[in-house]
Amino acid sequence: MATENYERVKGKTEHHSDVSLWFALLFLLGFGLVMIYSASSYTAFADYGDQMFYLKRQAVAVGLGLIAMIVVSRIPYHFWERFSVLGVLASAVLICLVKTPLGVESHGARRWIKTGIPGFNLQPAEVTKLAIILFLAVLVCKMGSAIRTWKGLIIMMAPPGVLFLMIWKITNNMSSALIVMAIAAIMVFVASPDYKKFVLLAILAIAAAIGLVMLIKYTDVLGSFRASRIRVWLDPESDPDDKGFQTLQALYAIGSGGVRGKGLGQSMQKLSFLPESQNDMIFSIICEELGLLGAASIMLMFTILIWRMMIIANNATDLFGGMLVSGVIAHIAVQAILNVAVVTNTIPNTGISLPFISYGGSSVIFLLIEMGLVFSVARGIEYRGN
Amino acid sequence: MSGRKETDLDFLRSSLRFHHRKKITITVFLLIGACVFLIGRLTHFMIFCSEHYAEAARELHERERTIKAARGRILDQNGVVLADNRTVCTISVIYHQVQDREEVIRVLCRELDLSEEYVRKRVEKRSSMERIKSNVDKETGDRIREYDLAGVKVDEDYKRYYPYGELASKVLGFTGSDNQGILGLEVKYEEYLQGTKGQILTMTDAKGIEVEREGERRVEPIAGMDLVTSLDLNIQTYATQLAKQAYLTKEAQSVSIMVMNVKNGELLCMVNYPEFDLNDPYALDGIGLEAQSGAAVQDLLNAKWRNACINDTYEPGSTFKIITAAAGLEAGVVAKDSSFYCPGYVVVDDRRIRCHKIAGHGSQDFVHAVMNSCNPAFVTLGLRIGAERYYEYFEQFGLKKKTGIDLPGEAGTIMHKLEDMGNVELATVSFGQSFQITPLQLLCTAASIVNGGVRVTPHFGVKAVNSATGEEKEFSYPVMEGIVSAETSETMRYMLEKVVSEGGGKNGRVEGYSIGGKTATSQTLPRGTGQYISSFLAFAPAQDPQVIAIAIINRPKGAYYGGQIAAPILRQLYENILPYLGIMRYTIQEGEAPLRD
Repeated sequence: MATENYERVKGKTEHHSDVSLWFALLFLLGFGLVMIYSASSYTAFADYGDQMFYLKRQAVAVGLGLIAMIVVSRIPYHFWERFSVLGVLASAVLICLVKTPLGVESHGARRWIKTGIPGFNLQPAEVTKLAIILFLAVLVCKMGSAIRTWKGLIIMMAPPGVLFLMIWKITNNMSSALIVMAIAAIMVFVASPDYKKFVLLAILAIAAAIGLVMLIKYTDVLGSFRASRIRVWLDPESDPDDKGFQTLQALYAIGSGGVRGKGLGQSMQKLSFLPESQNDMIFSIICEELGLLGAASIMLMFTILIWRMMIIANNATDLFGGMLVSGVIAHIAVQAILNVAVVTNTIPNTGISLPFISYGGSSVIFLLIEMGLVFSVARGIEYRGN
Repeated sequence: MSGRKETDLDFLRSSLRFHHRKKITITVFLLIGACVFLIGRLTHFMIFCSEHYAEAARELHERERTIKAARGRILDQNGVVLADNRTVCTISVIYHQVQDREEVIRVLCRELDLSEEYVRKRVEKRSSMERIKSNVDKETGDRIREYDLAGVKVDEDYKRYYPYGELASKVLGFTGSDNQGILGLEVKYEEYLQGTKGQILTMTDAKGIEVEREGERRVEPIAGMDLVTSLDLNIQTYATQLAKQAYLTKEAQSVSIMVMNVKNGELLCMVNYPEFDLNDPYALDGIGLEAQSGAAVQDLLNAKWRNACINDTYEPGSTFKIITAAAGLEAGVVAKDSSFYCPGYVVVDDRRIRCHKIAGHGSQDFVHAVMNSCNPAFVTLGLRIGAERYYEYFEQFGLKKKTGIDLPGEAGTIMHKLEDMGNVELATVSFGQSFQITPLQLLCTAASIVNGGVRVTPHFGVKAVNSATGEEKEFSYPVMEGIVSAETSETMRYMLEKVVSEGGGKNGRVEGYSIGGKTATSQTLPRGTGQYISSFLAFAPAQDPQVIAIAIINRPKGAYYGGQIAAPILRQLYENILPYLGIMRYTIQEGEAPLRD
């Protein structure tokens, strides 16, 4: 399967370096910085008196992330095996720390903890995503053929399930919790030779989701906050000033972009109309300024990124490496897809950032660490040049 | 690979199996499939729904400032401007652009003569644009502009201006703060006068701050059309002088004068003295406003703005005998030579109705009964016509309907129901009592009786003219023919001419002209206050009427007979306006002379 670029030959020590992957990654990072500046300069000046306020902080995070990535890529990935359980436990502790005085509240949610570095707070959910990838990669190898059984499946899903509940309930961050769950599900799916179970579970999940939406749409059983979120999702113009506001503003931005966009820097919606325009909603500003062509290019870059990582995963020297890369693929792809799905109102509005592009230090640093792991796995692949 | 010796972790060296690669590939294809689907979603929004969302977004980003349209002017029939526009300024502040708040407050307080508290509240209000004062005269606006204060906007717009102040105030009416018509012709012809507002559309951010790079779009306003009226400035001015004179010398409560073209219903003047200053319509002189409640002030203003000619009804009295006489002639129950006897009273059922001449007029023919304005003769005539037939004529003459004048608030007729018309009611109606009509209604009905039986619609609006393009819209008004026969009309003209030349209206005689008319002295309602309404209705020339006029003095002091005090007003009016209108003196040339139009 898709092994055309590589041939594993014993005895060769020349390291593989994937140019396309590097290009796609650096493109996304650079483009992200440009768009953060474009989307945030107006509000940054209004709020902080500095147009580059967000840009500077993000540039620092990207720099740190790149250093971390290169360091990690130089360390053989098997080094991290011993930290698999520790990582998960540490994540759990960090999540709990949010509730202590170390926790930091921002945007009306308490999701960060202080790191001691000024201007940089850590989001435990980001740590958890990395930890769960490492943990499951080790666990898959440990379980061997036991993974085929329902029991094996449950054992695999139990730790991410616990973390899912912790992130959701403690940090009140359902979207990150769902991403952790999605990463775990994809890794388990990859690890298991079975299909039936997953098809069955997928059908059940889809049926449950449809049932829930129908229940909310046609009855008044669930009068809660999340139910109203679903209603607004079905018809954002029904509540344009409150719950549907952000979604509608995002659609205004996307729609007014047209095919070629208004041009870089020309967005109107970023002028305080669209909340979080440099963050979760940055993709709609990209659409407004660069149009369908720009938006499709970004999607293409993510596709290239994922494709190249797939080739690395398929050619990894061992299952552990393959699982690690699969986890990273799952993380980046799911998060990117869900982000675009939110801004296009394909799914109900929930806070998900666009990997490598949205403003957010923890996110980009941990993503780059994950990329470091991918490059480390790639380095393990020995190939015979032409 | 590392050279570490971790034998216990050997399971981690297990290699990727085929199914792992297959699963990874399937996963990636599913994820890419999701990406493709999302690109489809984006295409949907960015191509197919693009217009919808772009339009919604533009509405959100654009701030609209309206530009007032210049209101159409009101002209008299000779093109003299009676209502005009003057440039005034509106002063506003834009919160986010103001730099020196204190300086702005200080300057605006001083220049606009406003309290600091008032200005401060508005300057410090966090709104995108706050209006401080409108209708500021241009000089003040220019002065404020010269301070060049950041965030202070001086927008020019128009304010109504009436060059003749009080002239025809109750006819023209005035406009409100938004240049909308509030009274009179200004309201009635709003749709022609108002024009279409223009817009300045600027792009703003969410806080309302203008985004300069986006520039502005301008939609120019379209000025309103000019209204050409049938009013004649000279006649209106002169009639106002006469009304004022009578008002002062007779210490009357009010004096009204109307002149109408008999042939087409165009009103040449309509005076209701006292008038009010159209440039300051809300002024209430000499009344302690502080002591008045809001509702009381409004009542006072409404009383001041009332147009007595059309908004109020009264008992017409003897002038109404024109209608009874015409009805009698039409019914064929009376002729010029019919004889009546007046002993000074007439008994109807159990009532004794007195004539104004207590000794009685004795034996007289119908012409003299009209000249004498003899009540018993008209009571006899009314009873001869009968309630049912009288009622029919009342309706046929158009007295039950409104005249249809192009002014708002015309009052309707207050009349007995047919089934309630006993002999006593019929008798009193016959000489113009026990029911109420507007002065204009009386004038119109009399006009239709003397002009050959054509009931015209009284009006001021002649046409609307677009002063920029010259485009015109002429107004037309309904006309009803056959109100009375030509013979009846001629007989009426003959008898009413006699009234003026030899009868009770001789104070209305005009040297060189034949005038037809009828006087009236009626009591104000409720009765018994000793107050009267004196009036005189006259048309000229008597043989072929061109104009008809009425003068009404409400509650005069001293002499109160219509023939004594109202007739001289129309005499003076006619002495001046008949030559002015080009109506020839019969002494010079007998015959028709067209009324200028």
